[in-house]
Amino acid sequence: MKNSLLILTISHLKEFIREPGSMFWSFGFPILMSIGLGLAFSGKKEIMHGVGLIPSANNKEILVRDIFFGGGAPNDTLIEKRFDNENGVTRYAFHITSWENAEVLMKRGIISSILTEEEGKMVYHYDPLNPEGELIQIQLSNFFKYGHLGQDTGSIRPLKTQGMRYIDFLIPGLLTLGIMMSIMWGVCYSLIEKRSKKLLRRMVATPMRKTDFMTAYWASRLVLTVFDSVVLLVFAYFFFGVVIQGSIAALALIFLAGNIAFFGLAILISSHTANTQVGNGMISLITTPMMVLSGIFFSYQSFPPWAISVIKVLPLTKFTDEVRAIVNEGAGIVDVLDGVAILGVFGAITFFIGLRIYKWF
Amino acid sequence: MNPVAIQTEPVIRIESLFKSFKDVKAVNGINLKLFPGEFIAVLGPNGAGKTTLVEMIEGIQKPDSGEIFIKGKQWKNHHAELNRVLGISLQETWFIEKLTVKETLILFASFYKLGEARVKEIIALIRLEEKEKAYVKNLSGGQRQRLALGIALLNYPEVLILDEPTTGLDPNARRELWEILLKLKTERNTSLILTTHYMEEAEYLCDRIIIIDHGKILAKGKLNELLQACDKHEIIEIGLLGPPPFDFNTVPGVQKSRFNSKDNAFVLEVKRIVETLPLLLKKLEESKTEIAELQCRTLTLDDLFISMTGRHLNA
Repeated sequence: MKNSLLILTISHLKEFIREPGSMFWSFGFPILMSIGLGLAFSGKKEIMHGVGLIPSANNKEILVRDIFFGGGAPNDTLIEKRFDNENGVTRYAFHITSWENAEVLMKRGIISSILTEEEGKMVYHYDPLNPEGELIQIQLSNFFKYGHLGQDTGSIRPLKTQGMRYIDFLIPGLLTLGIMMSIMWGVCYSLIEKRSKKLLRRMVATPMRKTDFMTAYWASRLVLTVFDSVVLLVFAYFFFGVVIQGSIAALALIFLAGNIAFFGLAILISSHTANTQVGNGMISLITTPMMVLSGIFFSYQSFPPWAISVIKVLPLTKFTDEVRAIVNEGAGIVDVLDGVAILGVFGAITFFIGLRIYKWF
Repeated sequence: MNPVAIQTEPVIRIESLFKSFKDVKAVNGINLKLFPGEFIAVLGPNGAGKTTLVEMIEGIQKPDSGEIFIKGKQWKNHHAELNRVLGISLQETWFIEKLTVKETLILFASFYKLGEARVKEIIALIRLEEKEKAYVKNLSGGQRQRLALGIALLNYPEVLILDEPTTGLDPNARRELWEILLKLKTERNTSLILTTHYMEEAEYLCDRIIIIDHGKILAKGKLNELLQACDKHEIIEIGLLGPPPFDFNTVPGVQKSRFNSKDNAFVLEVKRIVETLPLLLKKLEESKTEIAELQCRTLTLDDLFISMTGRHLNA
């Protein structure tokens, strides 16, 4: 076998596959993330809210406890109450304590709201930016009014159709995030390491074609990301029932474009970096903002409008939005063509700039 | 060196080579010729400019000025061709750790369109048959250097350029590498430029020695020529139990003296030991100074280097 492109590709694959750590990050991690987040947000909900209850000076808390629990043991400091409805199970843990102690519990995240009783009325103390505090206020005040948590449980229809659950939102995000991470670390870091260990210098001192070297890197990464993504999608199908509603060909096309986009970026980032410490920083600098902003775990729609217009330009956002459209909205090839073009052109430009300024030694 | 070789065209010809990094003149006007079948050692301490010189010959770095001709051709227009003429081993190259010895050789062989047959030959030549399935990361220092040499030899190079191939190796591993190189010289008439800071390596392997420091050639020639060109032929090394009772330079026949802190001894460069030693011993006896150690020897390359630069070769 003398074909150097093929041997280079196989060598890159072997180099990666023989590293158990990278195998875990590539295959194990996305699956564990989907299990963790999928169960946390998609299973039958059993939510626990912690609330601090501060007795007033004239011991009216006894009255409060009577309202809540029909005369629970007055000396208990922690009382739990369970509410069942169509949304699942909601449990409240009331910590009867002093204000000072309640502040400590709040700082530790054990409670997210403090209730005091002033002149027979309930007063809710919570961080207005924390939606859980607001939810507790609505639920408990409804409870006082109607005897249950929701205003009118008869009007609740939980959405359980495919494509509308949190796990349906999450899986495409994990898929694109996995591709970005796999390429940015697998290509960028590996190239910087090869430069710092003078291997690039040694390789270009042979008749090896530089385009063969880069193509082999891209091809080996493509094989790995296909494998990663198939494993994740198969797992999501069997474990959570996530189904690709749109065109598989469209998915393959956007997948290829996403690969090109991040490969180009990886070549550009690694083009001049001399050592792996700086490389680590550079890769994190590029990937972390995209991981946080591009709507992988939660929608970016809650950011201010000016920020959304910036976020939408990020390659991971474009990639993720298109994959979501295919998986959850049934999009076809025509629907994702603009995304394919944008990602492809982005990848080609960054790749050629990177290659032009590439420091082989 | 083969006398016939001198009359043939040099395989490498270097003319007035200069290269600077910021304020440092790494290579400062070097001229050099390497003939077919000739082994040249470039000797010098760390930072002398050895690596910069060989990397310019290898086409990895570009000179600021000067010319390098390899078989009459220059890197500028004959890159691919010259890559096939040279076999190189860089200082401290790391190969892919999780590839085996054989896989690494197959990878590099593919760049020269060579198949497994050549890989097998190389594995036998570098004596790594038992390690051919071992990952590169599990090789010892000597085995790694032999692998680097094996990669350098894949394309039947006419010229080998090895940058400190034996640094950090134990004497056995070093000698194994030397034997492979000498075999290439006799069997294939391969030429070699070797950088080293081990003078015994230069003495054992090479036809000519070039001593460089601060990017300049301080001396070049065969070992005995270099030593004979030096006026001071012999050395007396003497360790005392007390401070020196007199200035050693006042002893007749002593050309130069210095204190070698490493061995805690004075090194006296003399014209003839048999003439100077009795006078020295007599003066020491008169001053009732006790001798801890006394050693007489001929001048070595290291002495020559210290005499030229004031530094040890492997400093």
